[in-house]
Amino acid sequence: MPVAVRVIPCLDVDAGRVVKGVRFADLRDAGDPVELARAYGKAGADELTFLDITASVHGRETTYDVVRRTAETVFIPLTVGGGVRSVADVDGLLRAGADKVGVNTAAVARPELIGEIAERFGRQVLVLSLDVRRAEGTDSGFEVTTHGGRQGTGIDAVEWAARAARDGAGELLVNSMDADGTTDGFDVELIEAVRAVVDVPVIASGGAGKVADFPAAVAAGADAVLAASVFHFGTLTIGEVKGALDDAGYPVRL
Amino acid sequence: MTANVVVADYGSGNLRSVERAVARTGAKVTVTGSLTAAREADGLVVPGVGAYAACMAGIEELGFGPVIAERVAAGAPVLGICVGMQILFETGEEHGVVTKGLGLLPGTVSRLETALLPTVRVPHMGWNTVERDADFGLFDGIAADERFYFVHSYAAPPEVPGAQTATTVHGGRFLAAVRKGALSAAQFHPEKSGDAGAALLANWVGEIS
Repeated sequence: MPVAVRVIPCLDVDAGRVVKGVRFADLRDAGDPVELARAYGKAGADELTFLDITASVHGRETTYDVVRRTAETVFIPLTVGGGVRSVADVDGLLRAGADKVGVNTAAVARPELIGEIAERFGRQVLVLSLDVRRAEGTDSGFEVTTHGGRQGTGIDAVEWAARAARDGAGELLVNSMDADGTTDGFDVELIEAVRAVVDVPVIASGGAGKVADFPAAVAAGADAVLAASVFHFGTLTIGEVKGALDDAGYPVRL
Repeated sequence: MTANVVVADYGSGNLRSVERAVARTGAKVTVTGSLTAAREADGLVVPGVGAYAACMAGIEELGFGPVIAERVAAGAPVLGICVGMQILFETGEEHGVVTKGLGLLPGTVSRLETALLPTVRVPHMGWNTVERDADFGLFDGIAADERFYFVHSYAAPPEVPGAQTATTVHGGRFLAAVRKGALSAAQFHPEKSGDAGAALLANWVGEIS
């Protein structure tokens, strides 16, 4: 049987606390990322992603501590992204216990960073994250954005994806800013467009609202599916998503 | 008896995860670059992530190569993980560069064979099943359809003469785990493979206790 489609919950972490609110039964403290990570691990998550939205240096230290404690208690892969700007940042997160590191804005500003990280740690640690919106003026019709989708770069997202994979990204996290938060489903056209130009794994992100959205993303070429609010608010369970993927004929880890 | 396990610290690998996952089995675990500790331990774990050449350079710089070879010759258990398994083979080929390995297992580690199958992604990243020999004790009590977490672009040949093996298909078939005498190794990451990985590590620790 082929490699399973991964289902990945994503937690926004600010100075050691989960933000955006999580409604989970049976938790003493729904703001503790370690406790949530453990709960998601038990619920069948195939990987976990922490997005560190902390701005302060002091807060970053707290993040390292969260990563450390998570790696000590949860035995599935952990990706940490947010604010990663250098090889040294990657080193710090890997030492703390992250298995993979997500890089976004810093690679847009300085694409050489991709090769530097891949050369030092191997491409398997580098998840290149793209925040994409539909925009006129690019060949593919998709543009890379920064600052949470508010700032356009004029860079063609599909060309950028191809370049990143060529330069050393081991995986691409393709996040649709148009779909993000809508719960109307993943942007399957975006996933198809990226899939057509890379042979590294692609993670679909942004827009998940119902179980049927997940097999649709995989049909478009995603190897993994990432979601935040539908899991946090209990709209969907990881088991339900895997059930839908299984029913659609895709391999999952049950 | 509580098993005394050393995790070789030669500058590569997710040492903390390996340490915690092995400790969870009840073993006493020390992460160290000390060759004396590595010689004397009941079990030695050789982790490894990243490039083959970089891992071999680290192994050689700290002098772990001869220690691993001595242990295996003397029947003292060794467990290689991911690139820590790959370096047990004779050679590794990455980006056209050939690196000499420890040569404890025959063959060359090379890029996953996917050219004929454009739908197969590289790196091979995620949870996959393994097909194992019936008498491969490391998998005792683990369901045949259980999945383990893989992340790699290179792999060892699926057949190892005189050894128990487990294999996985991703593009081509490759070696997922091997057991030959005192030497055990896995291409996947038991320390990241949830309950299935914990069961495998417990089997290994159980044997050396």
